[in-house]
Amino acid sequence: MESQIEVSITDAITRRDQGAAWVDVREPEEWAASRIADTTHLPLAIAVARIVDQWPERDTPLNISCASGMRSMRTVQELRQLGYTDAVNVGGGIKAWVAAGHPVESSAGLTPQQLERYSRHIAIPEVGIAGQQKLLSSRVLLLGAGGLGSPAALYLAAAGVGTIGLVDDDVVERSNLQRQLVHAESRIGMSKVESAAHALAEINPDVIVEPYQTRLNADNVFEVLDQGWDVIIDGTDNLPTRYLINDASVQRNIPVVHGSIYRFEGQVTVFQPFEGPCYRCLYPEPPPPELAPSCAEGGVLGVLPGIVGSMQATEAIKVILGIGDPLAGRLMMYDALAGTVDTLKLRRDTECPACGDGDRLTGLIDYEAFCALPAR
Amino acid sequence: MATFRIPPVLRTHTNEQVQVTASGSTLGSALEDLFTSFPALRERMIDEDGSLRRFVNVYVDDEDVRTQQGLDTKLDDRSSVIVLPAMAGGAA
Repeated sequence: MESQIEVSITDAITRRDQGAAWVDVREPEEWAASRIADTTHLPLAIAVARIVDQWPERDTPLNISCASGMRSMRTVQELRQLGYTDAVNVGGGIKAWVAAGHPVESSAGLTPQQLERYSRHIAIPEVGIAGQQKLLSSRVLLLGAGGLGSPAALYLAAAGVGTIGLVDDDVVERSNLQRQLVHAESRIGMSKVESAAHALAEINPDVIVEPYQTRLNADNVFEVLDQGWDVIIDGTDNLPTRYLINDASVQRNIPVVHGSIYRFEGQVTVFQPFEGPCYRCLYPEPPPPELAPSCAEGGVLGVLPGIVGSMQATEAIKVILGIGDPLAGRLMMYDALAGTVDTLKLRRDTECPACGDGDRLTGLIDYEAFCALPAR
Repeated sequence: MATFRIPPVLRTHTNEQVQVTASGSTLGSALEDLFTSFPALRERMIDEDGSLRRFVNVYVDDEDVRTQQGLDTKLDDRSSVIVLPAMAGGAA
């Protein structure tokens, strides 16, 4: 026996509560502007075919709605011809829904293109439209557009992080291309920040890139850091810069996602000032240079920065969205050869000169000299 | 015998071995045993006062020994010791 072909908003809600699926057949831009929660969006042109795929049982209870009930009535009529005896039109559509005082969801600010681009994010409950909007208005500073910075920049741009700052003073060399995928053969000789900006623009036009073609030092670090960054990704390649970034970011209270790599091994952690340890809590003094060789000296498997930089991008997104358990106070250590991951516990040092409870460093020091000191 | 995981930069001193074993009821005594087999490690890990160098972190069962009893941290046969100096590498 067939149901009546059109129901009221009240009856539609009752049907939904009893298990009926609710399909909205309006166009994407209408859907983006306002919609009823927990409805499935299938635009008119594809609605019937997709309903047949998704709900092959012909007695499936279905509420079909549009703006005012005209378009959805056509869908219901087609469905009835195909044997869907319990497909009904929601009379008056979303206009009647709103008139009856029911709430609607909106993707305020997201364009139809953005809804499509970020649909796999929006589908995750922890992200959703609100999370995607947060990402789009977030600012992430990447220190180094090299091995770690490449995957981090690519994934954060693809994720729709609104502004990406890139700091690097190098130019692209052929020896970079074994692992630095944000660059390309055709851009050898170009500055890394320009080359990366080019790649990011190709991936996502939503993203604004702020290039800083410079090497950070005690004289310019605050100029760059004082631009409202939500999080910093440290992919630098030397210890003086790592201590500089640490002290400056602790003084400005900006979280740093730290990554480092060597041969087949990588480490990731999050330095959340005053909540977890900082780099100085972990390593109060730098090792002598022979114990801290760079990747240029010691080599690195090209895939490794891809993994570690991607983990850094993941941690940055977690920090921005405030979801999950960021790696603050924990250091994840990946050994690619052994195929193992160890997670070590790190603690804040209450006597740390940068973030401890006593007198703290209030300015910056000479980091080159600090790191050149013979080990005690 | 506790198992020590040696970081890449120190492996030249352990004949390129990643995992080595040493016996001792504390971290300090196990390190002494380790230094018997691999004497060059001592200078890299221990300073003139006999303390762990500040740029070398040692974790026993994933906990930093500085937050435990340092070189007096107890070990047993199942203890896993990770030696981890600061790593510089990132971009260039």
